[in-house]
Amino acid sequence: MPAPLFRTSRLLPIVAAALCLAASPRLARADAAANVDAKSAPMTTGADVYRHVCQGCHMPDGKGAEGAGARFPAFAGNPKLADSGYPVYVVLNGFGGMPWFNGRLTDEQIANVVNYIRTSFGNHYTDLIKASDVAGQKPPVPTGED
Amino acid sequence: MPEQHPFTPQTRRQLLTRIGVAAGTAAMYQAMTAMGHAAGTDFTSPPTLTGARKGTTVLVLGSGLAGMLAAYEMRKAGYNVRVLEFQNRAGGRNFTLHSGDSFTELGGASQSVKFAPGNYINPGPWRIPYHHQGLLHYCREFGVALEPFVEVNHNSYLHATNAFGGKPQRYRDVMSDFNGYTAEMLSKAVNQHKLDDILHPDEREHVLAAMAGWGTLDSSYRYVKSDRVSQRRGFAKPQGGGIDGAPIPSDLLPRDEIMASGLWNWLSFNMRLEMQTTMFQPVGGMDQIGKAFAKQVKDLITFGCKVSAIHQDDKGVSVTYTDVNHGNRTVEAKADYCVCTIPLSILSQLDVQVSGPMKAAIAAVPYASSVKVGLEFNRRFWEEDDQIYGGISFTDQQMSQISYPSHGYFSKGKAVLLGAYMFGSAAYDFAGMTPEQRIEAVLEQGSKIHPQYRKEFSNGVSWAWSRVPWTLGCCSMWSEQARKTHYKTLCEVDNRVVLAGEHASYIGCWQEGAILSSLDAITRLHKRAIGAA
Repeated sequence: MPAPLFRTSRLLPIVAAALCLAASPRLARADAAANVDAKSAPMTTGADVYRHVCQGCHMPDGKGAEGAGARFPAFAGNPKLADSGYPVYVVLNGFGGMPWFNGRLTDEQIANVVNYIRTSFGNHYTDLIKASDVAGQKPPVPTGED
Repeated sequence: MPEQHPFTPQTRRQLLTRIGVAAGTAAMYQAMTAMGHAAGTDFTSPPTLTGARKGTTVLVLGSGLAGMLAAYEMRKAGYNVRVLEFQNRAGGRNFTLHSGDSFTELGGASQSVKFAPGNYINPGPWRIPYHHQGLLHYCREFGVALEPFVEVNHNSYLHATNAFGGKPQRYRDVMSDFNGYTAEMLSKAVNQHKLDDILHPDEREHVLAAMAGWGTLDSSYRYVKSDRVSQRRGFAKPQGGGIDGAPIPSDLLPRDEIMASGLWNWLSFNMRLEMQTTMFQPVGGMDQIGKAFAKQVKDLITFGCKVSAIHQDDKGVSVTYTDVNHGNRTVEAKADYCVCTIPLSILSQLDVQVSGPMKAAIAAVPYASSVKVGLEFNRRFWEEDDQIYGGISFTDQQMSQISYPSHGYFSKGKAVLLGAYMFGSAAYDFAGMTPEQRIEAVLEQGSKIHPQYRKEFSNGVSWAWSRVPWTLGCCSMWSEQARKTHYKTLCEVDNRVVLAGEHASYIGCWQEGAILSSLDAITRLHKRAIGAA
């Protein structure tokens, strides 16, 4: 069940909290009070999702970053983006240190952000995907520990 | 006014005293444990590792608490220990930003800490539950001065953007009213015989008495404005002395708004075992713990070692690293055994020679993103204007909370509070901002709780864990599925290599997890090394 993280309604804190505990990825870390997931900016376009979710690690210019013998991969010039199925898989399931976003982003948001990175940072792929393509690849939502 | 109790059962203390007198303290401790009184993490005492073969060498990777503790205990056991550390500082995620510090995050933004001398913020761990006995044991052993950390403050604020017109409410008021209304509703259900199918007649009376006391209900089981209720939630005109000293009781918040507000979430947050009193913090900053550990093992640590590969065979372990302090030369270090405390977010990208299942386990644990913002203000307006001394105000805005300093009460001059501490979507968002944008957003959001923010603000600093080169994230974020499939494998000794750190514990993201993981890992590695396992 997708957690309504980005809707705004009067009852949002309660609804979001209930879902967080039940079904969505771990929104509350052991040491955090974020058991009510904070209201975030609405994210409709792929650029919105990229800005509010991805760029903290992959950087605003899509060039990733180099850490201590490890890195956040770049999207600029990354041949792994040739098949749209790969970024969809990684966003849904996570990869190594990257968390899963299955259940945190909607199918629509995932499709939009995958389309965005495949058409930005010097990428010009033309085979755009739809929410239904994401839905077809989706495993059960993992359960965060609490 | 003292609250009425319908009956006086034998108290636990009375019972325990009797057991203690009759059977001695060991039996009493056992009884206490059985009754859940002495429960905490599973730390009992530090390991006594005996019989190490002379000359056996151990390489420890990482000088966070897990790594330094492994080095300390294994040297004590007789091993020849060396520690390789990427940074030019020991302590790992245990550290503190002090006045005058500066740093550069991934992406290139640099920040300087412009706090007044003596002021600080803990970007990583910042509070220690009393039952984290492993960590507390070593704090005591290594002489770290601790002081109380105030988690719960009944006079702090709870704030939800869409509740009560956006006006923050005092924790005390929300707690009193939520408990009171809940008790009232439950009493009503009992008195209307709606719970007769589950409540025995005797129990009905006990529940009614409990609800009346817990919720401050009147003789008709109603939660209503009164002097008695105001003894809990505070008066509109406080009790005074002299001729005009009579108090005026306060109005209750409307029940439906309390229930809809979600503010009760933060009441329950503070009920968690991890947040219960007493909590502690080191005097002068969390880094006092890392420094105290480092004092024990500093002669063993080589700084500036960027590990790229960990190989092993039947004879030993070989670790390849770049010596960044000496012209980036490539160095190979060898040892009989290796304790690796490198965060999995990094380790999963290195060339590590371990079994297939272990490799899968290393790659199975994502790291949470987290952001903290420290704000310095010209004066302690939260104390002077709001009578808030330590503790935390919570909000449903992205910043999530304001933690007021648990030290330096009543002092004049500049003071630093934790202006934001977030995980999840808010942390992703803030990690993507520039440091200036983060401060601006936190000032904007914080002003909803404290209108004094803009006027009193002096300077601020932000720390985004996903922009930290040596962790690429904050801490391990296990899913239940990954825990089931990979956890035990992750903790196993893989031939000559064992992993340790908060990620190899059930106390993820806490220092205690690093301590207990390390003790367990070296105990099993020692057994392996002496041929006992």
